Amino acid sequence: MRHDFLVVWGERGLLLSGLGNTVVLSLAATIAALGLGAALAPGLMAARGRYRLAFTGFVDGLRCIPFLLFAYIVYYGLPSLGLNLDNWTAGLAALTIYNTAYMAEILRGAWATQPRDPVDAGYAFGFTGVGHFRRIVLPPLLLSAAPVVGNQVIQIVKDSAFLTVIALPELTHAASSIQSRHYIPFAAFITAVLLYWMLCLAIEAGVACLGRVAEARR
Amino acid sequence: MSAADILAILQGAATTATLSLTAICLGLPLGLALALARWANIPIVAPFVAVYVSILRATPLVTLLLLLFFALPSIGVPIGAVAAALVALTMNTSAFNCEVWRAGLMNFPKDQFEAAQSVGMRRRQRLQRIVLPQVLRACLPGLVNEISLLIKVTPVLAVVGVVDITRAAVRIGAETYDPLPPLLVALAIYVPMVYAIVRVARLTERRLAQTEAA
Repeated sequence: MRHDFLVVWGERGLLLSGLGNTVVLSLAATIAALGLGAALAPGLMAARGRYRLAFTGFVDGLRCIPFLLFAYIVYYGLPSLGLNLDNWTAGLAALTIYNTAYMAEILRGAWATQPRDPVDAGYAFGFTGVGHFRRIVLPPLLLSAAPVVGNQVIQIVKDSAFLTVIALPELTHAASSIQSRHYIPFAAFITAVLLYWMLCLAIEAGVACLGRVAEARR
Repeated sequence: MSAADILAILQGAATTATLSLTAICLGLPLGLALALARWANIPIVAPFVAVYVSILRATPLVTLLLLLFFALPSIGVPIGAVAAALVALTMNTSAFNCEVWRAGLMNFPKDQFEAAQSVGMRRRQRLQRIVLPQVLRACLPGLVNEISLLIKVTPVLAVVGVVDITRAAVRIGAETYDPLPPLLVALAIYVPMVYAIVRVARLTERRLAQTEAA
């Protein structure tokens, strides 16, 4: 057993590059999905019935699809329609679009529970337009959405592992390569599991940190 | 794509449904047992459960599945694709169920527990008659929601060769050189399935809010 873990240690370069790819992929998808979700969220709250129905249908529909199937459709299905994507583009696009639906719903929920008074008070103190949004609306909104967004980021990290099926060299893929090269399945995958765990603990710690900031501001 | 192909995908759907149902039936009581162990703060067991649940919740199902499928035979435990899939699904869902159950147990009013104690109910009776019926009601939306999450991760089982909906669809796509139609058929099976469960979760939540308000 010790020998197996020494072999894994010998392959640390491969494993770390897999971990790096998982982090880069998750980070890029998180930022893109948050941005797109923020753009979509007002549509979910639109007063006009037809728009609202279209946005809600899109978001709710996407949330009913298993992520892996969605990734397959993007990677294998879209070429039928003449859209050829390499595995990095397809993987990142699938991860981003899929999570945009979740982020939009999270931001909508956070917005709906925000108290109106500080917003009006901001206007009364002479804040307008972008300044008002950036200084008064956005900070408490982001702080109150942070825990749920954090959970979603953990979900993104875990979803990114599914992309091993389209041969994206992320952490699970690296562990698979090591296991097939040396036939040390236990050591290879346990190491990957522990690395995922550390990643998620780090995200949770970050969210807890933000929570303390939010508490201090109150 | 022929009628036989659609039939093959439907057969995959039966596999997906069977595996999910079995994992739910095993994962619910297992999750409750884990949650009770933490709630009762059993020495040695409770911290062990906490770490176990924390690791499992952070582990992608693919990684867990590959670990079980390749590592168990290497230490002399023969395991097939379906068995590995079932164990992985159950471990995964029991960890999430544990957190739902635990939240319910933590929110359970302590005075009721003490009242039951003061009228001389035994530990087992207190759990069976006072705690569990109420905690089950409070946890129901969360547990149903967890079922929808479980179904959404089942396509991963195809990685070790379980022929579920997704694998059947991908295989037909590879045979016909036209992957989009079978994938869309698969989509048409998953979406109503997950949507129905999400609706049930919302309904139980609303029902719960009503009975609590009354």
